[in-house]
Amino acid sequence: MNAEQIRKLIVLMAIWAALLLAPYWMAPLGGYTALATRVLVLGLAAMSLNFLLGFTGVLSFGHAAYFGLGAYGAGLTLKFLVLSTPLALVAGMLLGGICGAILGLLIVRRRGVYFAMVTIAFGQVFYYIAFQWSSLTGGDDGLRGFSRQPIDFGLFKLDILTSADNFYYFVLFCFALAVSAMGFILRSPFGRTMIAIRENERRSRFLGIPVERHIWIAFTLSCFFMGFAGALYALVNNFADPRGLHYSQSGDFVMMAVMGGMRSFWGPLLGATVFVVLQDYLSSVTVNWMSFVGLLFVLVVLFFPRGLLGFFQRSKA
Amino acid sequence: MNVLEINNVTKRFGNLVAVRDVSLMVAPGELCAIIGPNGAGKTTFFNLISGYFPPTAGSIVFDGQDITRLATHERVVRGMARTFQITEIFPELNVFENVRIAAEVSSGYRLRPWINRTEAAQVHQHVEETLKLVGLETKTDRLVGELAHGDQRAAEIAMALALKPHLLLLDEPTAGMGDQETYQITQLIRRLHRDSNYTIVLIEHDMRVVFHLADRICVLDQGKMLAQGTPQEIAANETVQAAYLGHAA
Repeated sequence: MNAEQIRKLIVLMAIWAALLLAPYWMAPLGGYTALATRVLVLGLAAMSLNFLLGFTGVLSFGHAAYFGLGAYGAGLTLKFLVLSTPLALVAGMLLGGICGAILGLLIVRRRGVYFAMVTIAFGQVFYYIAFQWSSLTGGDDGLRGFSRQPIDFGLFKLDILTSADNFYYFVLFCFALAVSAMGFILRSPFGRTMIAIRENERRSRFLGIPVERHIWIAFTLSCFFMGFAGALYALVNNFADPRGLHYSQSGDFVMMAVMGGMRSFWGPLLGATVFVVLQDYLSSVTVNWMSFVGLLFVLVVLFFPRGLLGFFQRSKA
Repeated sequence: MNVLEINNVTKRFGNLVAVRDVSLMVAPGELCAIIGPNGAGKTTFFNLISGYFPPTAGSIVFDGQDITRLATHERVVRGMARTFQITEIFPELNVFENVRIAAEVSSGYRLRPWINRTEAAQVHQHVEETLKLVGLETKTDRLVGELAHGDQRAAEIAMALALKPHLLLLDEPTAGMGDQETYQITQLIRRLHRDSNYTIVLIEHDMRVVFHLADRICVLDQGKMLAQGTPQEIAANETVQAAYLGHAA
């Protein structure tokens, strides 16, 4: 094992140690466990977007649609179908992923700004459906009347409703599953074709990679991860909101990914942490909290174009 | 059987006829050079062969199969590889990673979520052999974007070779190079042709390179095939001299 690999292993262990011990170190620093849970869920969403943006090089400005669909999928399952948290998560993930797969067939034909515009347009379609279909989705008031259920292990049940710590560790487990899957894919031959497309689409095509098909697969996988994150978000709040589908929410995810560092695997998690913590703190001080987050975003883009994590990595190198 | 048969291919862009009724046969193991003045339609002709866009008329047969309407990646899968006048590489990946992507695609692993140790070892070996062939074996962990122009071109050729092609299309392989780099790339192409018996079609401006390497030379002028023949025949052809070599002399 060379020095670079050892350094990466140490960083990885530090990240997981910080996540595993978050309920213990956050409180003394003025945080709380539910905040850490939100960071994890929104971090997973930003990492899901970055799976497409940072590693395939295509910018979706409508990924909140699949996040919101995941939330509604989980909420509707718990409210109308079955009182099972795992099934709700699966339903949310499937709803986001399948809708992404179908729309992706149309979206991947475009590139650049047209790709981004089409993703926004399709995203807004879902927003208005959720907004208008009050009888099913609760309309502007959002979907209420469901709550996350205890996890039944047969011999015992894990209470994730009233215990914030239990819920945090449940979400951390889900987060670990999803990011492991992402990491596994990115290290695979398929993952390398994604990076090839990001680096040089024309060369990829002339290496025998059917670029549109590979972008579609990456888009679909990204939507599955996004749906999963959205389903977890519905469980965090016991609520699903049409604003979770809105393009401004997509913009927040892009901001998290870019701010943290879209060329790095963990960058979006750092971006989400900064975003969520600043939102939590500043929104208690001023209603114009977004101005400050926006200012930070501009500064990061201007002075650290590779994002916060990209900057740290470069400084060490 | 010819590796490549191009039959009466024409390409129109609106009113402009970039390639007009051009035919070309390339035999196995042959090195065919395409020359012509700027704007003669050489790169357009290459783009037609490699599937960058379809011809307006005519047909292209590769290894006995009609590929006229096939997409680029489908032609690559059938054994056609190409390099570009302006080098097309993955600049932020290192030399090994650049060639590994090509090797994995040619091994049929491009959709695989994982490969086992044996498969990975075979890919690794294939990449190392290819890099040795082009003389980049000591620069495997260098970022391609940071290499000298000649080495970038060699890396691009290595990516094409890693696809195990039956036909190699090289678009101005010595463009923008100094004498030393031109010599190295020329020697590389010569080795690929003479020692490894690759079938090669190349576009080239440098007449020293063309006459040094080619078995056969095709001259394009204003989209039309002006002449085809051995280097000696082309050198003696008065029409070619008037249209092309005459200006260069």
